[in-house]
Amino acid sequence: MLSKRIIPCLDVRDGKTTKGIKFKENVDIGDPVEMARFYYEQGADEIVFYDITASSDRRNIMIDVVHRVAEEIFIPFSVGGGIRTIEDMREVLLAGAEKVSVNTEAIINSKIISEGAKAFGSQCIVLGMDVKKVETSKKIPSGYEMVIHGGRTYTGIDALAWAREAESLGAGEICLNSIDADGTKKGYELSLTPLISENVNIPVIASGGAGSIAHIYDAFTKGKADAALIASIVHYGTYTIKEIKDELHARGVKVRRTWGL
Amino acid sequence: MIAIIDYKAGNLRSVERALKKLGFACRITHDREEVLNSERIIFPGVGAAGKAIADLRHFGLDKGLTQAFKEGTPILGICLGAQIILEKSEENNTQCLGLIGGDVKLFPSPLFSVDNERLKIPHMGWNGVHLVRMHPVLEGIRPQDEFYFVHSYYPMPAADQYIIGTTDYGIEFPSIIGHKNLIAMQFHLEKSGPPGLRILKNFCTWNGKI
Repeated sequence: MLSKRIIPCLDVRDGKTTKGIKFKENVDIGDPVEMARFYYEQGADEIVFYDITASSDRRNIMIDVVHRVAEEIFIPFSVGGGIRTIEDMREVLLAGAEKVSVNTEAIINSKIISEGAKAFGSQCIVLGMDVKKVETSKKIPSGYEMVIHGGRTYTGIDALAWAREAESLGAGEICLNSIDADGTKKGYELSLTPLISENVNIPVIASGGAGSIAHIYDAFTKGKADAALIASIVHYGTYTIKEIKDELHARGVKVRRTWGL
Repeated sequence: MIAIIDYKAGNLRSVERALKKLGFACRITHDREEVLNSERIIFPGVGAAGKAIADLRHFGLDKGLTQAFKEGTPILGICLGAQIILEKSEENNTQCLGLIGGDVKLFPSPLFSVDNERLKIPHMGWNGVHLVRMHPVLEGIRPQDEFYFVHSYYPMPAADQYIIGTTDYGIEFPSIIGHKNLIAMQFHLEKSGPPGLRILKNFCTWNGKI
């Protein structure tokens, strides 16, 4: 039986891992390659990197990080942030990532999904979704709207409709981030997550809001998520991945529990 | 020298990096002579069966692999490389290499777990392997070890003797198969952490005999 996946997420700016609070100040919390190796050794099932570098030298710095991570860790990892073209995708995949994640660019130009899937295979294409709860309306029947530019711009696109469309275009997986929950440490968004997960046939990674192991448990059970993205709770050492997995296991969730030899 | 077959089907560098980490020299190549002269062969692959077979034929590697198999060279197939060694694949209705009898099948849809939960396709993520029989390449692998899978098709060998390990995903499907000096796994051992690297290391010192 398939295990639920625990996925640490590292925001990388200028080659350093940072943690911003709701996109305001950013604090340098470590070297992404060392952190990736640490999480790999600690039993992470995958790693997600988001490149949030603002400068125009961004590609080279991040690509160098990807190369170095690929030499050290032997689990899948994905890279997102500013991926706009097939060439961007190719460069990241060739540098050693398993998957690339597209978010804003996919909304502006959905062909990036289909062309990426065609060139590299759906399993390499993750759709990142930033979502906000809104009033239901004819335009947004699900009550969840897609936002871009770090949550600052409303797109007028219904999140459920977008998830389905992206799946039909060839997205292999969805990383579903609730802007409302993100950074709150009060738990994942448990109405949004099952809504998407039960209406697509591709895996859904819950993202945004994890503050405790109980939240992760809920994401897998009530949330129907296949994987959970975590950040602060491991970056600041609140829990280790082993503690998280031990408790999930004790509560009946199937997780990968051995990884060393 | 270990040859990693390059037939434009992705994930070669991951295997190369894993071998480098383990301290084994390798060469990524599609040159048939080079493949035939290597001491062992790794046959990875991601993508679709139809195109993969066409590309292999283009380089004459279909014949090359068949010859290497006959000559007793240890061969390791990974993911798509565990499928196109069979006779036929349902994917693109492809005639494959036929090194092991049997077909490659699509997971049935809809697919349900024992608790009646709808299972998504592709099979993507970490899952366990039940070892049906012992094999030198799997030495040190424990029942609780899990491996990283991502696939929609699975190998179905024609005889039980070719099945080395199975995995449960709605159905119990063969996830490790083998015949003589050929062993192949549906999961990505180069992406499965230390247990995967252990299998890779075992392969690199395997003499091809069982």
